[in-house]
Amino acid sequence: MVKVFEKRESTLGAADLAGPDPVSLSLRVNGQTFSFVAEPRRTLLDALRYDLGLTGAKKGCDEGTCGACTVLLNGKPVYSCLLLAVECQGHEIETIEGLAKGGKLHPVQEAFVEHDALQCGFCTPGQILSIKALLDENPEPTEEDIKRAVSGNLCRCGAYPHIVEAARAAAKKLPR
Amino acid sequence: MPKVIKTEVEFEGRFYEEYIVLEGEDLSPWGPDRDRDFRLVGKPQPRVDGPERVTGAAKFTHDVRLPGMLYGRILRCPHPHARIQRLDTSKAEKLSGVRLVLSAENAPEIPWRMGLTKLFDRTLRYAGEEVALVVADEEEICYDALELIEVEYKPLPFVVDPEKALEPNAPKVHESGNLLNGAPEVYERGDLQKGFEEADVVVEGTFRTQSVLHNCMETHGSVAHWEGDTLVIWDSTQHIFGVRAQVAQALGLPLHRVRVIKQYMGGGFGSKNAAGKYTVMAALAAQRTGRPVQVLLDRFEENLAAGNRPSTVQTLKLGATREGRLTAIYHKSILNVGAYAAWPASASGPTKRLYECPNVKTEDYSVFTNLGPFSAFRAPGYVEGTFALEAMMDELARKLSLDPLELRLRNYAEVDPITNKPYTTKGLRAAYERGAQLIDWEERERVKKERSRGTKRIGFGMASQIWGGSGGPPAYALVKINPDGTATVITGTQDIGTGTRTALAQIAAEALGFPLESIRVELGDTQWGVYSPLSAGSMTLASVGPAVRAAAEDARSQLLEVGSQVLEIPRDALTLENGEFVDSRDGKRSPVRTIFEKLLNYTIVGQGARGPNPEDKNVNTFGAQFAQVEVDLETGTVKVERMVAVHESGRVINPLTIRSQLYGGIIQGLGYALMERRLEDPRRGIVVNPSLETYKVPTIEDVPEIVAEMVDLPDPEANPLGVKGVGEPPIIPTAAAVANAVADALGFRIHELPLTRDRVLTELLSRDQDRGRGRGEGDR
Repeated sequence: MVKVFEKRESTLGAADLAGPDPVSLSLRVNGQTFSFVAEPRRTLLDALRYDLGLTGAKKGCDEGTCGACTVLLNGKPVYSCLLLAVECQGHEIETIEGLAKGGKLHPVQEAFVEHDALQCGFCTPGQILSIKALLDENPEPTEEDIKRAVSGNLCRCGAYPHIVEAARAAAKKLPR
Repeated sequence: MPKVIKTEVEFEGRFYEEYIVLEGEDLSPWGPDRDRDFRLVGKPQPRVDGPERVTGAAKFTHDVRLPGMLYGRILRCPHPHARIQRLDTSKAEKLSGVRLVLSAENAPEIPWRMGLTKLFDRTLRYAGEEVALVVADEEEICYDALELIEVEYKPLPFVVDPEKALEPNAPKVHESGNLLNGAPEVYERGDLQKGFEEADVVVEGTFRTQSVLHNCMETHGSVAHWEGDTLVIWDSTQHIFGVRAQVAQALGLPLHRVRVIKQYMGGGFGSKNAAGKYTVMAALAAQRTGRPVQVLLDRFEENLAAGNRPSTVQTLKLGATREGRLTAIYHKSILNVGAYAAWPASASGPTKRLYECPNVKTEDYSVFTNLGPFSAFRAPGYVEGTFALEAMMDELARKLSLDPLELRLRNYAEVDPITNKPYTTKGLRAAYERGAQLIDWEERERVKKERSRGTKRIGFGMASQIWGGSGGPPAYALVKINPDGTATVITGTQDIGTGTRTALAQIAAEALGFPLESIRVELGDTQWGVYSPLSAGSMTLASVGPAVRAAAEDARSQLLEVGSQVLEIPRDALTLENGEFVDSRDGKRSPVRTIFEKLLNYTIVGQGARGPNPEDKNVNTFGAQFAQVEVDLETGTVKVERMVAVHESGRVINPLTIRSQLYGGIIQGLGYALMERRLEDPRRGIVVNPSLETYKVPTIEDVPEIVAEMVDLPDPEANPLGVKGVGEPPIIPTAAAVANAVADALGFRIHELPLTRDRVLTELLSRDQDRGRGRGEGDR
């Protein structure tokens, strides 16, 4: 993130500021292993978007305040902009690209389309993954549970009422 | 034969002359009588691009990845007003991985913001203004390099308060002065003084509204790439043709050598109506480096430099007879437009147009300050103006002991008060009636009495909405019938998330007699060469929809002509249904593609243009919203319990997506009413909450029960589809209705937004103190 108002006095030379050299990294994403080289400061979000070409997780703020970068880490929703790729090695990561199987949408995705639980669609992958994680853990959520699950996923288009409808419909559809 | 017509088009309350070229015969309008025949129009239809949006397949400008692509980041000025004394980029340029640093030192002088500044200016007029662009192999390297740029600034006197900026000795934002165009925008009809003399009652008040930030989930940004001598730009924009024209002019390129593409975008709300500096910087950097360059803003930059809804100070005075007929309205607004403005801001639209009133005067002062420039934000001016006007209407109703709704009905405008033309349709009365029914308006005093307990007070409020939304020419479309029997709609519009692509597919399928699945809509690319206007002003569907229908009717008629000859069926015995030719003599069906088996790769192309708007009528959209709130006198918390919204925007093409738009507008309106506010530090001249942690947009837990409906009233005189716009209407009356409900609950009025706990408590305390000193009489 750009620091607009403070300029850090630097006594270091340019080369020193570039940080430690890139390192080899390996991530398990959507059941596959990806190996690549990146600087240790690379976030999980940037690794997904730049190194793995998985652009479904979005960068809305890059500081854990919008939820557009939500992915699942060992089944739990996390803000991928707040994790470094290096610390995610050895964990199972699931992104929106891994949800549809064999060309068929996941029931949560289907419900989002049917109930128009989106407008621009930028926050949608994060919303869907948060709902999926909820339903995996709690197949019969209350309205409050649903709202709590996506309370960290901002939607500026205001799809919220339809997101609640879609989550309810998906809960009914999913096998128990 | 093409026919050239001159016509007038309204955009966000202003009128523009346009020339259009029409071909073919006038279409018979889809009036109310057609409804029973529709297969697709008016039916809830999930988005045709829904699967892309839920799988991550939808590619936003942020997601564009090109071979060899570089990343650009912008260095911004930390001072509200300063001159660059010295700029040294050499250390940044030497950093490994940095490919280019652009600044006033090495970039061409490109005029920007109507010539008030330059792409890279040495005088900076707000904290966050662009100083340099760093381009590097990786984003992280850009951040390192930004810290290595050395800038010496000479801070200059600054002003951020628009009222102070109008004082004679205020620091000057521009040499030409702090008032845009040197004078307020004044509108006058009738005789104001006479109107107040005729009044039996007068109410007066001063209202303050805050600056709010769009906070589109996708920040502004562009990717630029040169293909030979052609510049290709992916831009998160509401206006591909506008960006093309702006960039071509900035770089001195002919239009045909600039191609602008926008497939998916993460929100705009008016802030993406034009190219940004980032767009031109990306193009210049791509030219200099010979590689694709992506320049995206981060959330902080977005909130400093990508636009805002201007704050206002509005003084209103209303006069009315004992019977509640308005005799005079005076409305003065001071609007904080920030450091630059492309056009004057205004809060007086609703005052001029919402109610019948013979004597009206409005003055709008657009004032420059050393803050980020304003931009259109969903119904610019109307949200702010409606809040103040509708508050005054409630005060008038109270003084006259009239039901607020009854007062509005007594001043119902049967013709447009500015033009004196009748409306094509006006569903406001129906919206009032339905809304009142849904909120149980007649029972509100009983509910208040029953439910106000302890420290909790219940209140009800309502507000009205008027807006343009007629759309208009020029907008063109092509409909191709492909040899495989499918059809492609081609037009230069944008789907900014509103569902344009789906609505256009429904219209084309309906007009062609094709199934929806066989329609593909191509938009968001200037290369097709089929112009459409910007997706703003609630004008997309009403502009482009009729052109698509015309093109589809043209393609259908060509298809029937060719089909009749190939199939050897008389033309008047042949129809199209569900993608098949039907011989009406024997009911025999043959799929459309069968004729192409004989014709091989023949392609039919239908053409369509948007015709002019009616000359002797006004086309407007209307609505009413009702709020039920609970206010806690102990904590100052305002809880909206229920919002009812009923809007009239002509024919409804897609009831599913239109409900999304209504919810979206209302929720943004609730943010404006209750929680959103850009905070400026007047001593330092900077914005202190440019992040999503400190700037509060509504989350799902902030959303109350919302009941949203349309008065589905096809408007056959507006255009051959009978549609009007709906993007902006639902945000217009929300804050006004909520504020009126809060005043109803409290028994006094708060004249400033947002209605945070802090503000409500402060007002409650100051009243307690007044009461303690025996000055509490005549509250309100």
